[in-house]
Amino acid sequence: MRNKSEAEVEPSTDVTRRETGVSARPAGKQTNAYYFQLTRRLMLTVIVVSFTPMIMVIAILLHQFHASYHEKTYAHLNEVVLKHKQNIDTFLKEKLANIHELTITTPVMTLSDKMLLERELQNLKTAYGDVFVDLGVVDADGLQATYAGPYQLDNAFYGDAAWFQKAISQFYYVSDVFMGLRGSPHFIITVRRYINDVPWVIRATIDFKAFNTLVENLRLGRTGFAFIINRNGEFQTRPPLGGLSEDLRYEEITSRLSRSHEKVLIFEKKDASGNKSIYAVAGLKDNNWLLVLRQEKQDAFSEFNRMAQIAGLIFALGGMGIIIMAVVLSRRMVRRIQKADSETQTLNQQVIETGKLASVGELAAGIAHEINNPVAIMVEEAGWIGDLLEDESLKNNPNLPEIQRAITQIGTQGRRCKEITHKLLSFARKTDSTIKDVQLNELISEIVQLSGQMAKSSKITITTDMTPDLPYVTLSPSEMQQVMLNLINNAMDAMEKTGGTIHISTKMSKLEKDHIVIIVEDTGPGIPEANLPFIFNPFFTTKPVGKGTGLGLSICYGIVEKMGGKIDVTSKVGEGTRFRVWIPYQQPESK
Amino acid sequence: MHKPFILLVDDETSFIETMSKRLQKREFTVMTAASGQEALEVLRANRHLDVVVLDVKMPGMDGIETLQEIKKAFPLTEVIMLTGHATIESAIDGMKTGAFDYLMKPCDIDQLVAKVMEAGRKKQEHAQRMEQAQLEKLMSTKGI
Repeated sequence: MRNKSEAEVEPSTDVTRRETGVSARPAGKQTNAYYFQLTRRLMLTVIVVSFTPMIMVIAILLHQFHASYHEKTYAHLNEVVLKHKQNIDTFLKEKLANIHELTITTPVMTLSDKMLLERELQNLKTAYGDVFVDLGVVDADGLQATYAGPYQLDNAFYGDAAWFQKAISQFYYVSDVFMGLRGSPHFIITVRRYINDVPWVIRATIDFKAFNTLVENLRLGRTGFAFIINRNGEFQTRPPLGGLSEDLRYEEITSRLSRSHEKVLIFEKKDASGNKSIYAVAGLKDNNWLLVLRQEKQDAFSEFNRMAQIAGLIFALGGMGIIIMAVVLSRRMVRRIQKADSETQTLNQQVIETGKLASVGELAAGIAHEINNPVAIMVEEAGWIGDLLEDESLKNNPNLPEIQRAITQIGTQGRRCKEITHKLLSFARKTDSTIKDVQLNELISEIVQLSGQMAKSSKITITTDMTPDLPYVTLSPSEMQQVMLNLINNAMDAMEKTGGTIHISTKMSKLEKDHIVIIVEDTGPGIPEANLPFIFNPFFTTKPVGKGTGLGLSICYGIVEKMGGKIDVTSKVGEGTRFRVWIPYQQPESK
Repeated sequence: MHKPFILLVDDETSFIETMSKRLQKREFTVMTAASGQEALEVLRANRHLDVVVLDVKMPGMDGIETLQEIKKAFPLTEVIMLTGHATIESAIDGMKTGAFDYLMKPCDIDQLVAKVMEAGRKKQEHAQRMEQAQLEKLMSTKGI
């Protein structure tokens, strides 16, 4: 039987049509778009799933940390400012007490005597350091009666000075910083004393530098700087570098201070250039002065900011890692899916092909059976006519030989029909042919011997290369014989005119586990590529009409499939054709 | 030689009609039946039928069933199975059940005639042996 051979090259258009007919793959572009979308979805999912918890954790941690750091910073500011406020308060109270003591304890005489007053000043200086610059006694009119100190202020007139008005009207007074007569910033402490019912004011000048050190020591971080201002916003200490670009609303602060239970008020304020600063403010001198500690917020929160930067860096690196991983992973995964898909597709196609072949076979068998009966009747009728022709009355008919010839021909053709239908039926029939353990090598040798005679006459040599000691296979020997005969006959038919070699080999399959592979190769003309997909289809033949049924290979296919094996073909036009048959064997049970 | 009395059974009536004509032309006595049921009836009515040519594939009661019935009721009657290729297994089954032989459709008339003659001979021998056995039995009883 020869379903193939004789290189009939199909027109190229026909080839493409057939090929597209065979392939059931979706259009490439569409598929790519699908996989691209799949990649993107996977990527997004991975990124979202990984980023969400990361962002949440970082955000919550940062927020918590910020809150506690904020609290800590404020508490620290509060403490520092409070401590300094107390220091300054103590300092002022102390100085006031010194002067008070001086006014009370010293005899009136001392106050009016410059030499004695200077001695008192010297005493104060030795006792408390160079805090006191000078001492003066001023009468009710504002004239400095006695003066002890480095400046020439004897008989200086203070009657018009703002501080004097206040000093004369109250028992104690601590003035704001002012330039005064000496032309340098200072402030004074006064105590009023009645002598003979006439009020006198004893004043002492506090060294500005000594007072400043109290505040200047208060430094926080890089920008934390303390200063004191009075009601009018004038600096009572050395102003901070660059001045105070924003105005502090004194009234508002003092009212808030007096309302709140805290002694220190902390708030944030933006300056003209947009930098936020934290202010910690405490009242001094019954809220006549304000001790202000200012620190740029960025500086105060520098540690937190650094921490946030680190978190940001970790986030960025982690995010980058996640994105790279998502891209790489999803690409790799989709590539795998794609591969699996295409494998499934190929498999599906094979399944469809097999199913198609099986159903075509069944259909063919059904048709064959239906045709068989009419053919039987036709042959029978022809036979009847033949019988009738034997009658004496017809013997003289001149057309008798011609009629007899026609009847014989009908019989011959009927038998041909029978042959075809029987082959078709054997293709699809359910054989219960006895199954035996068969040594394939022996079976093939027998068939080669059988075919050898026929091969010799067509100048064909059959060579074999059998791997010895192949395991036994369990199958129907007659079916296996049929397969081998079909393959060998096919090869011989293909090389009928040219002669050539048929090489049959058996070996353990490397591709399929627990299979033996039989390879039948010929050096015939080969099968055109366009025909390859169809050679296992029933009725596919390239032989001239009447020479082949096109069933040989489809019978082989059916048998091999039934055995649980596989058959395939590779062919090159002009070089030859190779059929491979895989037959499964039972792994012998180890004893 | 005695020509066997034949019954042809097939649902394809045109087939058995032509076949019976051809057999009759060869001077056989032929009856026909279009189904297994009918075949049994014909057999009951004609006890001296020798050979039944039975198609395996028939609607209703199929060839094998018919064969079993025939062999039960008329054990001496020989049956030749007629089969398409697809039913060759059932033909073999039939032989196991007691059919004389099988033929593939469409069959050569000479082949059929030869098979029928053989079957007829076998039936006759069989019948003769039975007759003889009965005779012997009769004789032995007489001998007692």
